[in-house]
Amino acid sequence: MFFDSDLLMSALRALTPILLAALGGALCERAGVFNIGLEGMMLMGCFTAVATSWFTGSPWLGVLAAALAAAGYSLILAVGAVTLRGDAVVLGIAMNLLAVGLTSFLLRTVFGVQGTFDDPALAGLPLIGGFTPLAYLAWVAVGVAALLLSRHVWGLRLRGVGEAPDAAATLGVSPAKYKYGAILVSGVLCGLAGAQLALGNVTLFSENMTAGRGWIAVVAVMLGRALPLGVLLAALLFGLAEAAGFRLQGLGLPQQATDAAPYVVTLGALFLTTARRRRTRPRPSGAAS
Amino acid sequence: MTPPRADAEGAGVVEGSDGVAVELRGITKRFPGTLANDAVDLTVRRGEIHALMGENGAGKSTLMSVLYGMERADAGSVIIDGREVAFASPSDAMAAGLGMVHQSFKLFDSLSVAENVVYAAEPRRFGLVDLAAARRRVRELAEEHGLSVDPDARVGDLPVGLRQRVEILKLLHRGARTLILDEPTAVLTPAEADALFAVLKSLAAEGRTVILVTHKLREVLEGSDRVTVLRDGRVVARLVTAETSADQIAAAITGRAVELDRIHAPGTAGEPVLEVAGLSTDAVRDVHLSVRAGEIVGIAGVAGNGQSELVQALAGLRATTAGRVTLRGGDITHASATERRAKGLAYVPEDRHAVGTAPAASVADNLAMGHHRTSLSSRGLLPPAAVRAHAKRLVERFGIKTSSPEVPASALSGGNLQKLLIGRELAHDAPVLLVEQPTRGVDIGAIQTIHDQLIAYRDAGHAVLLVSAELSEIRGLADRVLVMYEGRVAASYTKDEADERTLGLAMAGGDTRTQVKAAD
Repeated sequence: MFFDSDLLMSALRALTPILLAALGGALCERAGVFNIGLEGMMLMGCFTAVATSWFTGSPWLGVLAAALAAAGYSLILAVGAVTLRGDAVVLGIAMNLLAVGLTSFLLRTVFGVQGTFDDPALAGLPLIGGFTPLAYLAWVAVGVAALLLSRHVWGLRLRGVGEAPDAAATLGVSPAKYKYGAILVSGVLCGLAGAQLALGNVTLFSENMTAGRGWIAVVAVMLGRALPLGVLLAALLFGLAEAAGFRLQGLGLPQQATDAAPYVVTLGALFLTTARRRRTRPRPSGAAS
Repeated sequence: MTPPRADAEGAGVVEGSDGVAVELRGITKRFPGTLANDAVDLTVRRGEIHALMGENGAGKSTLMSVLYGMERADAGSVIIDGREVAFASPSDAMAAGLGMVHQSFKLFDSLSVAENVVYAAEPRRFGLVDLAAARRRVRELAEEHGLSVDPDARVGDLPVGLRQRVEILKLLHRGARTLILDEPTAVLTPAEADALFAVLKSLAAEGRTVILVTHKLREVLEGSDRVTVLRDGRVVARLVTAETSADQIAAAITGRAVELDRIHAPGTAGEPVLEVAGLSTDAVRDVHLSVRAGEIVGIAGVAGNGQSELVQALAGLRATTAGRVTLRGGDITHASATERRAKGLAYVPEDRHAVGTAPAASVADNLAMGHHRTSLSSRGLLPPAAVRAHAKRLVERFGIKTSSPEVPASALSGGNLQKLLIGRELAHDAPVLLVEQPTRGVDIGAIQTIHDQLIAYRDAGHAVLLVSAELSEIRGLADRVLVMYEGRVAASYTKDEADERTLGLAMAGGDTRTQVKAAD
């Protein structure tokens, strides 16, 4: 059978990094920051997780270091887009390109290898019931983010900041503070996503190993309308596409074609969301009649 | 209604620090090149509605920005409830019991009314926003002050009048004792404006203080207790409303005698130029009208009765479902906006920011728009020298106040932007001019200029179709008045017949005596 519990399990495993990154992206989106640097932050997380786990022998320290490193890396976006009022899209692209070069360079200088660092002694994350603890954390994070955004004081203020920063400012809420917060949290989540990818899904680091998952997370944010539950559903869709891709390989389809499955789904999703947005979201009615 | 606070008495309290809610002393604020406020003193008594008037650029906004902590004065002091304060931000001002309703609302469209009202001052339970309490709070405040609005409605779905209520509720929720309203009726229908003043009066009666920044004389006369007039950054008059007149205030504002609500002499009408037969759109039903050369036809009506849609259809911006429109004998029913302009139509749209101008483009470029196809074009190019000369000519001819034609149009005040827009369209010298709300949000001096220009345009033999929510404007300018009600032309009057009572009745749907079928 093509659809069975194995497929679902592998979809759920593939889903975790995308979900973590997309939740971070959703928070930024709600705060009015279009964060497309998820890919780069995730890749920084991958490398830091592997390097720290290798040198300390503890995957947990690897996870912690990955979260901190990606959060630190996200400051580029925070300072650039919020404090210096730069363009978030340009900054995000720069962060993604920089991360590829920087991690490849570090791979060579720290490990003295090119392409992939892979060692049986590299400690990965333990599995509980077939999933890493980070996978469970991601599911919990969906609930926490949903509650925070819809009901918590911070969530209300964050949504306000994202929609009308001027209005928030006149009521004494600092848009910059909330945007910094959202970006830093997205950094932490992307760091965790990277750790999950490099110490959970596989146990190795290879150049550009995120392979567009950060971009898929960006699409998941759009498709899920920056709602935590929507993002979860979108991430699930991509997880299924990735798992189905593996499965199709088993059926004899060429690997290059099956690897493309998540990206094809992404493109389709993008078309769908933009078409829907155009239909359902006319220009917001202005104050002037 | 809450009982008035012990120290709050109505207007009539003796001048002094007792009974004074807000006092500004010697406020001076300099911007590069201009002295926006020059030693301004303003005393607002507790429990009064105090109007602050003046032309655009007279310094009202700067003064209110200083009071509300958005700008720091170069000199002078702010005294609230007898204590000198130094606000570093609007939050400080709010903490001291001030609240401001900005002209462009500061609301979150996607959030509910309750969420907007309690934002940043939320009732909480375990760190979560207590939405039930927020709703209750909105209902209580709404009931107490006659500001009824559904706490669960999405603010983006509300009409402008209700959004303004949300703004006021927001301030009341924060315990504002002094409310500053900047041009609160600029975007309201007459009925909404009346409702607003009823609320303001009841707020004043409970001992709250209202500072009203406005251009509209009638509102001030009907709704305020005292008036302070600014001109060129200085206070030029302090008046008690009951003892003054519209003429006196207008003279103080402009510095010259102004003839208010002037009824201009009728023009001499020639041949019909614009003829509309049985025009229908999504919101307009079977409209017949004709405008003759040398004539202004006014369209009155409560906002939302199809006037805007009619004009948009005539301008070529809205699909026509039935009927026929001819311009100087040629059929333009299905012509594009460009073709209509080429055939001799000019158009001043209602929304000068979004439709009438490109705010980010320079004044010169904005003035060139439309003329780029005709007088300014030279073999498909726009010679910069020609654009500059054209801008200079129009700036002078229409008295547009701008530091340079190169500044973005968004830097102009509302009145000046309107002068730019009207000037640009008049300069086409088109046989037919469509004008919507030519003086909305414009100060008295500019209103007079714009009215004189429209009359001169008519007298030069052009046809003008005027849509306005201001009855005095319709009565003053129009040679014939049509009243629109529910998408139809419900009544038609000559200049002599069109008094306010008659028009008001027809606007409310009360008089369909003269059902207009054909051009008269």
